[in-house]
Amino acid sequence: MSEVPSELKFLSSHEWVMVEGDIATIGVSDHAQELLGDLVYVELPEVGDTVAAGDSVGVIESVKAASDTYAPISGEIIEVNAELEDGPERINVDPYGDGWMYKMSIEDAEELENLLDAAAYSDSIIDDD
Amino acid sequence: MGNRTPLYQCHLDAGAKLVDFAGWDMPINYGSQITEHEAVRADAGMFDVSHMTVVDVSGSQAKAYLQHLLANDVARLKVEGKALYSCMLNEQGGVIDDLIVYYLRENFYRVVINSATREKDLAWLALQAEAFSDLNTRFRDDVAMIAVQGPRAMEKSIPLFAEHQQQVLAQLARFQGAEFDDCFVARTGYTGEDGFEILMLSDQIADLWDRLLAAGIVPCGLGARDTLRLEAGMNLYGSDMDETTSPLVSGLSWTVAMSDDRAFVGRAALEAEKADGVKQSFVGLLLMDKGVLRNHLRVVTAEGDGEITSGSYSPSLQKSIAMARIPAGVSGVVEVEVRNKMLQAKIVKLPFVREGKSMLSNEGENV
Repeated sequence: MSEVPSELKFLSSHEWVMVEGDIATIGVSDHAQELLGDLVYVELPEVGDTVAAGDSVGVIESVKAASDTYAPISGEIIEVNAELEDGPERINVDPYGDGWMYKMSIEDAEELENLLDAAAYSDSIIDDD
Repeated sequence: MGNRTPLYQCHLDAGAKLVDFAGWDMPINYGSQITEHEAVRADAGMFDVSHMTVVDVSGSQAKAYLQHLLANDVARLKVEGKALYSCMLNEQGGVIDDLIVYYLRENFYRVVINSATREKDLAWLALQAEAFSDLNTRFRDDVAMIAVQGPRAMEKSIPLFAEHQQQVLAQLARFQGAEFDDCFVARTGYTGEDGFEILMLSDQIADLWDRLLAAGIVPCGLGARDTLRLEAGMNLYGSDMDETTSPLVSGLSWTVAMSDDRAFVGRAALEAEKADGVKQSFVGLLLMDKGVLRNHLRVVTAEGDGEITSGSYSPSLQKSIAMARIPAGVSGVVEVEVRNKMLQAKIVKLPFVREGKSMLSNEGENV
């Protein structure tokens, strides 16, 4: 059973969101990296991009498959994890830590209400295992 | 629940992640397919290939039957135990399946075909057998198979065999098999590395698996098997060729024996294709940009479009590679459409990797 930290919010498409003040950090869940297997390539958004909730903002690719990643909320990309370019396996090793993907500003805090909490996300992935 | 090989419990014990493969519950990996890939390139790994279909062909007309059935010529097999790779074609020259045939002894051959194509292959074998008498084709559902592959596969596995078998195995030539009372061992594989494929009765195979495991041979899943064979430039049936593509446009011309006048199924179609000029070539692609090449992506060339038949990430080269069918005569750099972006890829000679070494240095590549 994969790890689902209780303090994080999630999308059903397996992104996690950590909120600190008016900044959100986004990555992909432990469950997603398990499904994908060894990651070999990550395409991130660019700093300064303005994105809307639900936009496709990047791609993570494992040996066997490619998967789009979506912006959980609207805002501006303010930092990306450049370490992933040469070390995409960080997502496999530490999806909730070193494997974070990008940080963005929170334009509308109400959008956070649309995200899944840890319990709801856990329920959503039960059938995948 | 899918079909299970006799090694199903061994896979669970080894922590396998199982997936459905052509109706079989098979390991895709045991944690990391890249680690497994590297084990085969640098040391020794093993694969459960018990889902493969084994058919014994015997009788005084066995040779004539196989010469009719296969695009390659079993008359090339003169030494007992010797193996031959071949395609089995339809009348249109399309590939029904690819296979390995072993010449075990006079009037006795063993054919190993794919699992995903089992039903249609067995039906085709039976249909083509109707014109022959004194011919017996026996589907061996009582056997299982493990492939042990890697530079240290032989040295690690030979000591596990009986003493009289060890001597034979240590001297086995490449693409050569040896039949014993309790098993059949061939120096063949699907990884581009040295090693054995070991076939034995299903009820004995789990014991062999456990002994190979104890000898330090790493269990490897279908994920690693795919990247290893892709690096080795070996075709995968259903991806790189199928019933609509001939061996001539699938990089398999070398497996078609047409120098004499032997009549085989599909020959007339291949001769017509040759006379008309073969329109496509089958090439290796090395991605120069970042990203990963995937099956079915469009390849754009000066002579028209082509398609990637197998694409993935090469753990050995740490770049993306692919095999592709493109218009004949194209060389140099082509473009591949990946998610609405055009990425540059270089046409390279196959294989990409052989026996642990990159073959791209021959291309002047800095890899």
